[in-house]
Amino acid sequence: MHNTRTIFLREIRSFFNSPMAYIFLVIFAIFNGYFFTSTFFLYNQSDLRSLFSVVPMVYLIFIPAISMGLIAREKNIGTMETIATLPLKTYEFVLGKYLAVISLILVGLVATIIHLFTLMKFGSKIDYGALLTGYIGLALVGSMYASIGTFASSITDNQVVAFIIGVFIVLIFFLMGFFLPLIPSSFAGIIQYLSVDYHYSNISRGVIDSRNLVYFLSVIGFFLVLTVQSLELRKWQ
Amino acid sequence: MIKVRDLSKNYGDVEAVKSINFEIQDGEVVGFLGENGAGKTTALKMITGYLVPTSGMVEVNDLNINDHALEIQSQIGYLPELNPLYPEMTVYEYLEFIANLRKISGKRFRDALSSVVDKCGLQGVVHKQISSCSKGYKQRIGLAGSMIHDPKILILDEPVTGLDPNQIVEIRGLIKSLGREKLVLMSSHILQEIQATVDRIMIIHQGEIVANGTNEELMSNFRGNTLLNLEVKNANENSLKDLSIAVPNMNVVNVEERTGHHVIKIEYGQEVDPREDLFNYAVKSGWAILKMTPTTTDLEDIFRKLTTEDKANA
Repeated sequence: MHNTRTIFLREIRSFFNSPMAYIFLVIFAIFNGYFFTSTFFLYNQSDLRSLFSVVPMVYLIFIPAISMGLIAREKNIGTMETIATLPLKTYEFVLGKYLAVISLILVGLVATIIHLFTLMKFGSKIDYGALLTGYIGLALVGSMYASIGTFASSITDNQVVAFIIGVFIVLIFFLMGFFLPLIPSSFAGIIQYLSVDYHYSNISRGVIDSRNLVYFLSVIGFFLVLTVQSLELRKWQ
Repeated sequence: MIKVRDLSKNYGDVEAVKSINFEIQDGEVVGFLGENGAGKTTALKMITGYLVPTSGMVEVNDLNINDHALEIQSQIGYLPELNPLYPEMTVYEYLEFIANLRKISGKRFRDALSSVVDKCGLQGVVHKQISSCSKGYKQRIGLAGSMIHDPKILILDEPVTGLDPNQIVEIRGLIKSLGREKLVLMSSHILQEIQATVDRIMIIHQGEIVANGTNEELMSNFRGNTLLNLEVKNANENSLKDLSIAVPNMNVVNVEERTGHHVIKIEYGQEVDPREDLFNYAVKSGWAILKMTPTTTDLEDIFRKLTTEDKANA
């Protein structure tokens, strides 16, 4: 864990030493704030449903954007060669990078707690359990998209290409559920299970089912293993 | 000690390194010399574990790179060809980052930092951002990063490329001083650089090691015939014609008549020096010797010969 921590701290420092993290946090807060407040008083309900439905959409662009440079930049400026010749396991490197992106996403989510205070000020009979699971759902979706972004960043040395690949893959997972009516019934079950929306909507309704957790953890694990493998493949080029 | 046996690397159909063999002992400073694309960098990348060989074996301190990559990497300091650094970090942050990944922290890091700052002449830039350092300083920062853990083995890929003459002299001096206590394997495509820095030279050409030895060994093994430029006055046709018969162990390559004198080009081998016989023949024939200049092969000629033979034959 020592090496993972070192990579994690360097990445966090790199985020906050450049405008990247601040731009992400500010724009993320503005987007979420706008979409939340524009419907909050119309719904006249004591929940954060509008926030919980808008954040996964904001993620679609934001998470590939903050993770595109994770590994692609190292490849582009050549520091990957330095890293790869240090006594460091590839998974420690990938994990350090991945945890840094998740931390940034969590900071962004923490900033949305201001909307919770708004709710507490104006609302009544608030279901705090559903709010907690809603946030857990957002954290899980964010972590899943971050693993996809990390993978996309590992297969190219061009950050723009990494961003496009990242957006493309997260869009597939995001849109899967919307195409269910068009899919033959024999495949519908599989497609529904693969759809991120299916699992996220369960959690954000206040139900934390182990199947949903297994889904998120499996997808995260799958993309992180793919990332490690794609970096290991470089040695055999 | 580094031991390389039948090491090969293919990139698709291209054979970048073809079954090379060599050994480097502790305390040696060895230079890989070759043209761009000769296979130097690929060979170094395999020794450092960055690339997996297509076939063959690399052993560092009796450990095989395929089975003990991390242990070998902890014993090696490596400066890649393009000296990649994180421009947004300060020199201190960068060296601390590298040291941390090598499990050096606290007092050990402070001691290591002060040692590499001193050795690499980084005083005054330690808290500067890397992006604002000059190219020469960046090279030293890369070098400092590669030796922060005081490795016994240093592998430097083109360590002076892109530096100005003064910086080259500084880095060369640094490498030489490091060579007193470490095994240093460096690569370069600049002959003078290698010649001025290392104890032993390995010339690599089209993925193969075509020569391996000290400067003197290469000179004695690969030195061709000596070409003698002789300028004489008062030489008549007959005495010039008889020259190759009268003086043994040499060939007259060319005789050229110039205004008032002749220029004779003579070639002879390493075994016998015919200059005394030539002098005696000139005196006997009534020639006045204006100039006698032997031209021997230098390392540059050897390098050129070894690295252009295939092109010429192709």
